[in-house]
Amino acid sequence: MARLAIDGWFTIEDGVTHLLGTRCPGCGTVCFPPQPGFCRNPRCEDDSPALARLSRRGRVWSYTNACYPPPAPYVPAEPYTPVTLAAVELEREGIVVLGQVTPDLTVADLSVGMELELTSGPLADGPLVWMWGRPHA
Amino acid sequence: MTLVVGAGMHPWGKWGRPFVEYGVAAARRALADAGLLWTDVQFVVGADTIRNGYPGFVAGSSFAQALGWSGARFASCYAACASGAHAIEIARTRILAGLCDVALVIGADSTPKGFFKPVGGDRHDDPDWLRFRLLGASNPAYFALYARRRMALYGSTAQDFAAVKVKNARAGSLNPNARYRKTVTAEEVLASPMVADPLRLMDICATSDGGAAVVLASESFARRRGLSGVRIAAVSTVGPTFPNTVLEMPNFATDSSAAVPPPERAFRSSIASAAYEEAGVGPGDLSLAEVYDLSTALELDWYEDIGLCEPGEAAEMLRSGETALGGKVPVNPSGGLASFGEAIPAQAIAQVCELTWQLRGAAGARQVEGARLGLAVNQGLFGHGSAIITVV
Repeated sequence: MARLAIDGWFTIEDGVTHLLGTRCPGCGTVCFPPQPGFCRNPRCEDDSPALARLSRRGRVWSYTNACYPPPAPYVPAEPYTPVTLAAVELEREGIVVLGQVTPDLTVADLSVGMELELTSGPLADGPLVWMWGRPHA
Repeated sequence: MTLVVGAGMHPWGKWGRPFVEYGVAAARRALADAGLLWTDVQFVVGADTIRNGYPGFVAGSSFAQALGWSGARFASCYAACASGAHAIEIARTRILAGLCDVALVIGADSTPKGFFKPVGGDRHDDPDWLRFRLLGASNPAYFALYARRRMALYGSTAQDFAAVKVKNARAGSLNPNARYRKTVTAEEVLASPMVADPLRLMDICATSDGGAAVVLASESFARRRGLSGVRIAAVSTVGPTFPNTVLEMPNFATDSSAAVPPPERAFRSSIASAAYEEAGVGPGDLSLAEVYDLSTALELDWYEDIGLCEPGEAAEMLRSGETALGGKVPVNPSGGLASFGEAIPAQAIAQVCELTWQLRGAAGARQVEGARLGLAVNQGLFGHGSAIITVV
């Protein structure tokens, strides 16, 4: 399998992609990317947030695209087609997570509030990142 | 209270000179404006630039050396886009503590062409590097997320965004320090290339070279030396309150509201609110405001965040002409970032230069009639808030 573009932020098992965050056992606060060692809730002194898989579906908080190739260290595809980005709200975790959107979707297909599902796909130079895509039935 | 007794700028542009030159030029103008000598200055604060090597990280020292070591103390400060305001806060605090009478605050930047890139090197523990590497999420992408959200929540349109640019370009055409001095039409904005949907090239501020400086003094010093100035009634440098549920540049995610509900006041509106509270005034007292219009859409967000109108009403307020020069409360009478482009460490200081000139009645063709109280507000990456209120 292709390598992941970053270790420890997401995992792919049996073709199913999960974002990895941390959840504080003391208060339930979730962090993405994972934040071991301390909890960011100012009224929680727990120091043992545990790795947790995040919800795989959420609703679009907002979205955009990059009409021009983003600068390095991004490696744009050649020829370049606009990268679409979506910020997706995960209800259970109470967070919004930004990600690329699968290449079959453009900004014209997206709307605020629509449901998307987590998957993954390759960056132009090979390694995989998490991506937001059409929900599967 | 602390007074702004001098303000000076090096014009914004793409001049290709070292940042120190712009800072020194701005400092000399501010000192001349105050009627003071460099050797009168007891404390220098430099707002840092991170794209100009070591001298940029120790900007206070770089400026002090360039102006000539005088034995003055100096400090350097980085707070991203809010660096200038945080530098002013450091200088003001020292004056209010009675530790010095005269301080000089300087910010200047020399910027590369095109999109801002992260600082070089493979930095896998830096979210600012990773957001480019993993997502290709440039600064305009984040501005565009806010713009699209605004359209979905409040029905703002591309035409509304273009109207912000038209307004600010008109003000900027009257400002000799602005980089862009041409008026534009809504049609030109709407015909400019899409950069990050829904934002077009002319909706997004450029990156610029420039320098700005202010001379601050204690009231007793100003009285002794017969200096006039505008009073700094408040400096707010508040940070967010957990959980911040807005996706902030350069982050990959928001704070979680699973355990703690979001605060009553979101971060951006808390910035101005803290300044109003310190000054004992409210949005109804403003003669003018300088807001950080990284994009046209973001200027509309600021109207609501600084309390000029209710959430969702900013586009209507813009269309009424209330925020244009000649309106009830002009916003960005300087022309804003739309006319300047962003010179990060100088920008918040430039906002205060504009307040100073407006409150003195020295803003020339863009003068806001009877200006008595002004607000400058901005937000830097990584939770750096800044709002400054000045009064006659």
